[in-house]
Amino acid sequence: MVEGVGGSAVLRQDSFPPTRLDAENLACRRGGRLIFEGVSLTLGQGEAIALTGRNGAGKSSLIAMLCGRLRPDGGTIRIEGDEEDVQLAEISHLIGHRDGLKTALTARENLAFAQDVLGDAAASPEEALTVVGLPHAAELPVGYLSAGQRRRVALARLLVSARPFWLLDEPMAALDTASQAMLTGLMQAHLKQGGAILAATHGPLGLDGARELRIGP
Amino acid sequence: MRRAFVAILKRDLALAARAGGGGELALVFFLTLVVLVPFALGPDLDLLSRIGPAILWLGALLSVLIGLDRLFQGDEEDGSLDLIRASSLPLELAVLAKGLAHWLTTGLPLAVVSPLLGLLVALPGEGVLPLVATLLVGTPALSFIGAGGAALAAGLRRGGLIVPVLVAPLTIPVLIFGVSAANAALGGTVPFLTPFLILCAISLSAIVVGTMAAAAALRSAE
Repeated sequence: MVEGVGGSAVLRQDSFPPTRLDAENLACRRGGRLIFEGVSLTLGQGEAIALTGRNGAGKSSLIAMLCGRLRPDGGTIRIEGDEEDVQLAEISHLIGHRDGLKTALTARENLAFAQDVLGDAAASPEEALTVVGLPHAAELPVGYLSAGQRRRVALARLLVSARPFWLLDEPMAALDTASQAMLTGLMQAHLKQGGAILAATHGPLGLDGARELRIGP
Repeated sequence: MRRAFVAILKRDLALAARAGGGGELALVFFLTLVVLVPFALGPDLDLLSRIGPAILWLGALLSVLIGLDRLFQGDEEDGSLDLIRASSLPLELAVLAKGLAHWLTTGLPLAVVSPLLGLLVALPGEGVLPLVATLLVGTPALSFIGAGGAALAAGLRRGGLIVPVLVAPLTIPVLIFGVSAANAALGGTVPFLTPFLILCAISLSAIVVGTMAAAAALRSAE
């Protein structure tokens, strides 16, 4: 059982440079229908936001918008920090509904690829797999793993490269209770290090001091 | 940045090599097509050797086209394209790595087996090396023109047919100069180098333009 302390052992020890996400008055239309409008949020170091709302309220759309995958139909998104002109996608981890894993490659190969592509190397793929409780699956093709195990391999990406923002779209989906506790531990350790988390969720995240942002009716 | 480029290249090569990766698809299609043509045309060796370069080029072109739609679609479906977008590696370089991997796993093997298939279409001995050379320099153009089309269709669930339809007209110049260079080596009034150098130029431009176009298509937000 890996608790927050175990998780923090593999996370990068030094903290992140100060960065702040500022989104104001965002609006989203899909297929001509207004999904949400007037959504504002700020997310700074050590802060967490639990994004809630009924199905179809636009939680995933909001996350896609913040990473630049969806053009806002109103409002602005700004990153304030030391570096000029940086996109949120380049300084954040996105764990969405699609796990971003190649089923023909092994778990270790998938994580090594993510580490090379994302940069900012932190834990090794093997260490990350140990933290998410899948050390034995390192050399197995991901296609052989169950949905929950794949999700844990995807979550191990959070550890192989250190990025200040974690954008998680229903991260608890498909996880068993032990894995949910593991993820809560990882998130607590990340916040303690000055990271920031935005998680779309239906259940509790288990994070003290997480603000709730409810969108939609 | 170099690490990310190499990682994408290596991953795509590994995926093509694993079962179901589609690396063999183009090659098998090419073999089938070229093996069947002599049976359809009958035992007229003169005719076969006259149109041999055209058959081989046409076969290579179609073989490259059939697998193209998967170039970005697979990555889009499983979310690994989001991972590549989140990299600090410019999307143009990511496309270059994927295009290069595509050529290494389709165009290059086609060029390598073409001398063998040249035998089946009674290609004269002096025409073999020029044919391999035209396929070597011409197929990168197919991969990268194709990358532009594949990127446009990346988000479409059933984009299978759209990519060849989009891409085929753009590959006509490659086909014309590829075949005319391969034919020029077998005699005629045109020297080999004239169409061959134009083919090289088309390939080099296609690598640049195709890469830019594909990256722009992948970057554009909905």
